[in-house]
Amino acid sequence: MIPSPWRLTLRRFLAHRLAVTGGLLLCGLVMLALLAPLIARWLDLDAETVNLFNRLQPPSATHPLGTDELGRDLLLRLLYGGRVSLLVGIVGALTAALIGTLVGLVAGYWGGYLDSLLMRCTDSVIALPLLPLLIVLAAVDLDKLGLPPALSHGEAVSLYRIIAIVALFGWTTVARLVRGATLSVREREYVLAARSIGAGPLRIMAVHILPNVTSPIVIATTLSVGNVILLESVLSFLGLGIQPPLPSWGNMLSNAQELIWSAPALAFYPGILIFVTVMAFNFLGDSLQDALDPRARGPAQ
Amino acid sequence: MLRLALNRLLQGAVVLTFMSFLIYGLIGLMPGDPIDLMISADPSLTVGDAQRLKALYGLEQPIIQRWYHWLIDALSGNFGYSRLYAMPVLEVLGQPLLNTLTLLGTSFLLSLGIAFPAGIYAALKPYSARDYVINCLAFAGISTPVFWLALMLIIVFAVLLGWLPAGGTGSLEDDGFRHGLNYLVLPVATLTIASVGGHTRFLRGALLEVMRQDYIRTARAKGASATRVVLRHALRNAMIPVVTVLALEFGNLFSGALITETVFAWPGMGKLIYDAILGNDFNLALVALLLATLVTLTGNLLADLVYAWLDPRIAYR
Repeated sequence: MIPSPWRLTLRRFLAHRLAVTGGLLLCGLVMLALLAPLIARWLDLDAETVNLFNRLQPPSATHPLGTDELGRDLLLRLLYGGRVSLLVGIVGALTAALIGTLVGLVAGYWGGYLDSLLMRCTDSVIALPLLPLLIVLAAVDLDKLGLPPALSHGEAVSLYRIIAIVALFGWTTVARLVRGATLSVREREYVLAARSIGAGPLRIMAVHILPNVTSPIVIATTLSVGNVILLESVLSFLGLGIQPPLPSWGNMLSNAQELIWSAPALAFYPGILIFVTVMAFNFLGDSLQDALDPRARGPAQ
Repeated sequence: MLRLALNRLLQGAVVLTFMSFLIYGLIGLMPGDPIDLMISADPSLTVGDAQRLKALYGLEQPIIQRWYHWLIDALSGNFGYSRLYAMPVLEVLGQPLLNTLTLLGTSFLLSLGIAFPAGIYAALKPYSARDYVINCLAFAGISTPVFWLALMLIIVFAVLLGWLPAGGTGSLEDDGFRHGLNYLVLPVATLTIASVGGHTRFLRGALLEVMRQDYIRTARAKGASATRVVLRHALRNAMIPVVTVLALEFGNLFSGALITETVFAWPGMGKLIYDAILGNDFNLALVALLLATLVTLTGNLLADLVYAWLDPRIAYR
């Protein structure tokens, strides 16, 4: 029996040791993040309870990883922080991919002046100093934008804001890749055939081109999740991203920085979790590239 | 070539002008207000004084008009005063620029010095055990959060071992040259580890791409050794994308050093930008951010030109 292309892809993917490692690590991390409330009930602890008489405790039976500078359980903070970091990473990367796909499809399919304009914009965004700009955007006072206070002071506003900020700058890679792929796909006979039976540009883009440019989108999105998580942690570390008491791995490190002389362990755990998560996404993205790109010489061939 | 250069210069100028407007507008949206700052510095100011000050500085004009005035002043070389340093903005920038270049130059060279042998070594035998090891190490470097790496290095070498200072810069007069160098070690190590993984992976990727070409097969067929094929035949063509990315990256490093400089209290451009933004030093933040944009744009321009120069096939687009 001749294996189908999807089967071949799956086989190449599974033969990739890094891919399997990355996938398993991610499954574990996502499970832990999802199960955080259950684990909290099981340990009979609460992530938000402040107990100043119980600060900076070493690991014990009640607190498996000890407590932080406000006496909160470190393990639970890490798990809840993971929910936030993973959420920002995945949603941010998906939003950016959506914008990038739209820009790339339109630029690649229409071509001409629109293409030049969109690609000049893309080049310009790539040429901006990313981090300082992110800091400025994260520091902008939402009240001065004229947003209603209910919106600008809500509980989760720092979450939405950071997703919006990273999506605003993260779409360029996908846009370039999709445009490149669209340029070659739109010259195929089946696109001509579709046009000849009267399909409009929207239908051609959505039904005939998009399915054929998915591999670069999937690869770039997977790789960018890691980047987004890093950006979120940096901004939160600088005090401009996720605002406490909502925990994220980045803002946990920010508090830990002041305690490195007395409690170095507090700085260790959040960082190692960011490291493992980002590495897993990078492994996954890289192996997807090998598996989806037939030109690549993977170990399975 | 000339057309390409002019084209890109023009585009750069447009982006820079647009950026100046964008940043000008964004900085106006930051928490804090220049007049409020003056009132808090001098409580005897009345409401009427504040109104007059606002009129004096033209703060009630529409933003596009204020920006236009700023632009005209800036073009004639007047960038205003820095609030934090009480000096003209341009005078503040000299020393931090020098500090950042020291930091970046050293770590950039170190990173390339490691990435080149590692990338070539990995590409000589793709998908072998040693390729896996180098790849894993490179991925580890890419995935490490820079600020966490900096904290870990401080914990190990400054807190636990006490070998190196945790941050700041020594002065050459007081501490002597060798002691002054001590302050460089941890920041440079951080930046190097953060960038070497990406460089290695990129060089390896570029080499592997070239190794698929027909002329490499020809070189092999005529009996050249694997090492010779890579060093003599493949490396030269693999350099085209590598050089481009390096030029691009040098522009980005400028702002990428922000985190490292902040954690190690290294008085460079990154820390200056950060302090200026958070310290409501509007004039300084604006100019420093534009300078960072200018450097990044220059890096991109260089990348484009080097690319066109190295590969004549794509010289004019």
